[in-house]
Amino acid sequence: MTRREPGSAAGGRHNPLRDVRDKRLPRIAGPCGLTIFGVTGDLSRKKLMPAIYDLANRGLLPPGFAVTGFARRQWTHQDFGEMIRQAVTEHARTPFRQVVWDRLVEGVRFVPGTFDDDEAFDNLAATLADLDRVRGTSGNHAFYLAIPPSAFPVVCKQLARTGLAAQGDEYWRRVVIEKPFGHDLHSARELNQVVNDVFCEDSVFRIDHYLGKETVQNILAMRFANQLFDPIWNSNYVDHVQITMAEDIGLGGRAGYYDGIGAARDVIQNHLLQLLALTAMEDPVSFHPAALRGEKVKVLSATRPVGPLDETTARGQYTGGWQGSQQVVGLHEEAGFDPDSATETFAAITLEVGTRRWGGVPFFLRTGKRLGRRVTEIAVVFTRAPHLPFDDTMTEELGRNALVIRVQPDEGVTIRFGSKVPGTAMEVRDVTMDFNYGTSFTETSPDAYERLLLDVLHGEPSLFPVGQEVELSWQILDPVLAHWAAAGTPEPYPAGSWGPESADSMIARTGRVWRRP
Amino acid sequence: MIVDLPSTSTASVNRALVELRERGGAVALGRVLTLIIVTDDGEQAENAIEAANAASHEHPCRVLVLARGAKRAAARLDAQIRVGGDAGASEVLVLRMYGPLADQGASVVVPLLLPDAPVVAWWPGAAPKVPADDPVGRLAQRRITDAAAQRNPGRSLDATRRCYADGDTDLAWTRLTLWRGLLAAALDHPPHEDVDAAEVTGAGDSPSTELLAGWLRSCLNTRVRRVHAGAGGGISSVVLERPSGPVKLVRPDGRLGVLSQPGQPDRTVPLARRPVRDCLAEELRRLDPDEIYEAALHALPAVIGRGSTSGRKARS
Repeated sequence: MTRREPGSAAGGRHNPLRDVRDKRLPRIAGPCGLTIFGVTGDLSRKKLMPAIYDLANRGLLPPGFAVTGFARRQWTHQDFGEMIRQAVTEHARTPFRQVVWDRLVEGVRFVPGTFDDDEAFDNLAATLADLDRVRGTSGNHAFYLAIPPSAFPVVCKQLARTGLAAQGDEYWRRVVIEKPFGHDLHSARELNQVVNDVFCEDSVFRIDHYLGKETVQNILAMRFANQLFDPIWNSNYVDHVQITMAEDIGLGGRAGYYDGIGAARDVIQNHLLQLLALTAMEDPVSFHPAALRGEKVKVLSATRPVGPLDETTARGQYTGGWQGSQQVVGLHEEAGFDPDSATETFAAITLEVGTRRWGGVPFFLRTGKRLGRRVTEIAVVFTRAPHLPFDDTMTEELGRNALVIRVQPDEGVTIRFGSKVPGTAMEVRDVTMDFNYGTSFTETSPDAYERLLLDVLHGEPSLFPVGQEVELSWQILDPVLAHWAAAGTPEPYPAGSWGPESADSMIARTGRVWRRP
Repeated sequence: MIVDLPSTSTASVNRALVELRERGGAVALGRVLTLIIVTDDGEQAENAIEAANAASHEHPCRVLVLARGAKRAAARLDAQIRVGGDAGASEVLVLRMYGPLADQGASVVVPLLLPDAPVVAWWPGAAPKVPADDPVGRLAQRRITDAAAQRNPGRSLDATRRCYADGDTDLAWTRLTLWRGLLAAALDHPPHEDVDAAEVTGAGDSPSTELLAGWLRSCLNTRVRRVHAGAGGGISSVVLERPSGPVKLVRPDGRLGVLSQPGQPDRTVPLARRPVRDCLAEELRRLDPDEIYEAALHALPAVIGRGSTSGRKARS
């Protein structure tokens, strides 16, 4: 028997009760515990803790699961349990059930202390060892670093010092980290170095919660399970691709975090480039994690910004105005924000993918805050038919065919094509054909964090970007960031609009227009 | 919204559906399957609709409820269409059939099936002897029955085993999923030893207990004994004997399970009987033949101690 990974059913010796044909069998994680650093943050309260409860409620956590919190608070286990309970009742997706909660709270622990406090980490190690004994977590522990990256080195060092990061043959240790993964290629490499010094790359799970969304995984299903789309999924038929992630919120309380980071680093580097990779990658030979990641790495390594950057990129800052029915302040008036800041809240870039499939097809990526409405979508816009056997007047209202994958909200896929207008004259106008994933399905489909947390506990890495993907993404974005840093300032745009004028002109110079999402 | 169409025809029902769609937006688009519920008119029908509505949030479907009314009457079809808030994410058509029409459920549903979408038939109560040969069953890719709802669950399991066809499934089997998941997860981890023997204890009238024993027999290929506890309460315990000691999953009170393994602390886990809506949602998730269920059924005769008449019959 070779060294196996506990928790993965596939590894090691065959379990007689498992059968690949048995598709009902739930993926219950093996015995394990989760330790969260930074439990008092928004992420923990709004996403992590509700996801843990929802998983427990769905019967997917192992019996005896343990949650340990670590923070600079003088809390008892009960205080922490109470805090989780509040977070769960406010934010959980599934209804609160006392019997599930009672089991879960038995495994809740809290360790007070700061990151540089050796004693606190010794205490943590003792707590986890105790959990192994009384809860049967069997030495399997995942560490969730819901903390700023600046604290990674000291926490990783502490985990290494106390032996918590050491892998064993019979148990695993994993670390989960959140964006930002650095602020440029150099810092990303440093960060990867820091983490990889302590945890091998196989046990590092970088969360990009977009990849946990059903609609994003559906891109793979749509592209590779169907015969309909693949033949036209290339530069012969695709004119260009637009990937948009728009938020209607402003910076609000996040001003401190956001200043100096900006929209491109915050969203394009991770979410949008991952969406691009899934849209543009070649078909993987299998859905094995290595095969999938290999294809993503390949397509990212072939992607680069189109020049001249002056004309192919745009950035902006929102000003005050009316967003829908609400009057909002501009960026410079936001509390806690440097009024002279040159941080962009809108970023748009043009990329090209240098492969045979995509040569000559521009990929336009844009993201921003305080835009018209909250929406994330991928629009694949097709070329016009090479010959139209109609008079010009008949096709005046005919646009380009498009396939739009609506990632959120209102998840689904829209196909846009021309159709005859009823009447005696031959007139063609755009209509849409809609597949609505969202309204009916997502009501009970799991949250992205549920899916991703469970994958961590199972050691299933497919939906987590590897270090190389992160570095390649920075490599794509760095020239744009350097160009922006060197000259100019973001252009103002009114809140509630679809970004600055330069965004329109950067796409208009190639004779195209942004889709209004 | 609820629309009543008394004394109507299937063509009028179809017309009313199209009209509702035009007035109320695209309510009928994006349905992924047709679920036919065959039941007697009354409370059972409402309970089944409620479960289907809950399940429809995961699988938007068109629900056709075939409610059999009095047979000694003139042939008549009463229809009721429920859409929007009254139907979850589905659209529900309750078709009450009277007189000679009561036995013609299959003919009534044919014009109302969604084009191209799979058909699932569900008998919440008494099931036909051979579901795959039933006129409604023949229309369906998947046929859901519930052995626990039959007059003699043990005998009905044996009957199912003898006439099993691809696509048959049983809610008594669905109720087991969590048990099976926990047992399988318990064997995922070292020590990786063979299971020498297994014992499943449960109520005498619990078909789930029988199926769990059958499943273990088919996977483990070893001695599996079925032990009878008093009536009611379903499964109460499973023991897997291994050289290093037994793996036990015990549910004394019907709500909490306790998993014990040698060298590890006892662990409790919520393990209440699953509501019908959960079972139905799980059933609708898969539309391909359930080979594992088939294997569990066929392993039933090899289970030791199936004390009911059915057990003797199976061996003879």
